Amino acid sequence: MLVEALALSAVLFSIGVIGVLTRRNAIIIFMCVELMLNAVNLSFVALSKLYGAAGQVFVVFTMTVAAAEAAVGLAIIIAIFRHVKTVNLQNINLLKG
Amino acid sequence: MNFDLAIPSQLTRALGPDLLLMAGAMVLMLWAAWRPDSDKHQRAVGAASLALIAVTMGALFWYASRGFSSTNGVIAVDNFRWAADLIFLLGAFGAIALGMEYNARERILPAESHVLVLFATSGMMVLAAARDLMIVFLGIELMSVAVYVLAGMNRRSPKSAEGSLKYFLLGAFATGFLLYGIALIYGATGTTNLWDISRKVAEWTFPARPMMAVGTGLLLVGFGFKVAAAPFHMWAPDVYEGAPTPITAFMATAVKAAAFTTFVRVWMEALPGMGGAWFAPVWWLAAVAMFVGNAVALSQRNLKRLLAYSSIAHSGYLLVAVAAGSLAGSSAFLFYLVAYTLASFGAFAVVITVARTGDTNGELSDYEGLWHVRPGLAIAMAVFMLSLMGFPVFGGVGFFGKWYLLMAAIEAPRSLVTLAVVLVLTSVMSAGYYVNVVRLMFMKPRPEGAAEIEPSGALTRGVVFTAAIAVLALGLVPSRLIAWSRASLPRAPQAQVTTTVAPK
Repeated sequence: MLVEALALSAVLFSIGVIGVLTRRNAIIIFMCVELMLNAVNLSFVALSKLYGAAGQVFVVFTMTVAAAEAAVGLAIIIAIFRHVKTVNLQNINLLKG
Repeated sequence: MNFDLAIPSQLTRALGPDLLLMAGAMVLMLWAAWRPDSDKHQRAVGAASLALIAVTMGALFWYASRGFSSTNGVIAVDNFRWAADLIFLLGAFGAIALGMEYNARERILPAESHVLVLFATSGMMVLAAARDLMIVFLGIELMSVAVYVLAGMNRRSPKSAEGSLKYFLLGAFATGFLLYGIALIYGATGTTNLWDISRKVAEWTFPARPMMAVGTGLLLVGFGFKVAAAPFHMWAPDVYEGAPTPITAFMATAVKAAAFTTFVRVWMEALPGMGGAWFAPVWWLAAVAMFVGNAVALSQRNLKRLLAYSSIAHSGYLLVAVAAGSLAGSSAFLFYLVAYTLASFGAFAVVITVARTGDTNGELSDYEGLWHVRPGLAIAMAVFMLSLMGFPVFGGVGFFGKWYLLMAAIEAPRSLVTLAVVLVLTSVMSAGYYVNVVRLMFMKPRPEGAAEIEPSGALTRGVVFTAAIAVLALGLVPSRLIAWSRASLPRAPQAQVTTTVAPK
């Protein structure tokens, strides 16, 4: 089961990366980042079958951090929505050069 | 004394300065939220934050003078940690001091902005202490989440919000890579403790297991994003331009220093045995960052963006020390970090002084003829620019920073002569924009109708002149700083094996 779980985790992580790189909607990009983090969680849980509880402790930490990040991230997305009335990154381009 | 980190009370004592700062920051957070936002309240909380930083620094000096150590567990208790903490606290002190006056001018009234700097700093101190990848992850997030908010602190400015969004999305993306790298290293070695990892790697008969190599690579990508080294730098100029300038200074110095500190510790303590796998990627990362940072900075017209690209180039210089992978490299790294922090902070403080409400007047043309209207400011800016460039004598400590980096690169176990040549050539390239700023300030007349430069507050003036004098003074007597950086090294992996108990 270990190999299958790690392979699934790698596939999910890659889907997350591809999503971040190709999508232009800030919220969808954020969801893809969450997918990446949870793919890693799957790896940790699978590996803790081999090495003991450290991996599962790590998952608890990761989930806590992801929750804090989500709170801050959504607040930032709302803040920019108030300015430009869109969350599409193609229309958010004041800064460049 | 030697802390036994398996005992909770001793673990708490080993984290003394960090816990002091965190507890103080939480009390200040309550106080900041207690009263309605006003300029007076913002300044009061700022002053209290400065006092808290001063107290933490005192605790830090006390810990450093007692020569504490630890031989096991997740927290490092060594001089490298205290030295790095000192740099972060200096950065935080400067950011809050500049922030008090900048926030008053830009009407950023929430007093939390100063407290968030303290939270970010406590994350950095955790990072400097981390001897376990789990703590590395927690420290990076503790720091980053606070800085995402700080970047968007100017809620009336769409640029600030945009910079904050970009920083958040790319920072979270980088965290994903970092975390996956940690997971794969955990999978290959069965541990997240840095020393245990290096022991495991040393036991392997064949050098690099694929899982470990991929994990190291992902970790490198994650750190590359966090320190803004090209080709993972694209967020930096936008975020640096959009963020309130004191926060930009904080990000360019303390945040970068924190990411680099843990980078160096992980590389020196956990991964020296993986040198075959990471040496070439780090080499190229350093070379590309130096080249791209300096080349793009040449075409910048906005000083904040110029300094952003210059900070990318400086990431490249610091990566040379990482690639050296030697103790001389780590000491050159600390020395350079001090030189860079002072000069960079001073330069951003000058940018704050020249700018007017709404962060206008940041273009290079606004600096023309500065010498004729504000000679002191022009001289200080010239010192910072020459120091960042590494010019002898007038550039003060910056010259010695580059000098020790070069020496470390040439004497490294794997010779880095080519990289040293790249370093010198790109430094010559950087003269193109650093000297240009000096030329504009001194050789051009002040244009007709140029905006008047408002008198700056006492704190901003204080930061500019303290930084300028420190750059020049340390340039005259660098020996104290060298002795300090040589005494503050991460533990060499060879030394660990003899001084620690055998792995379980």
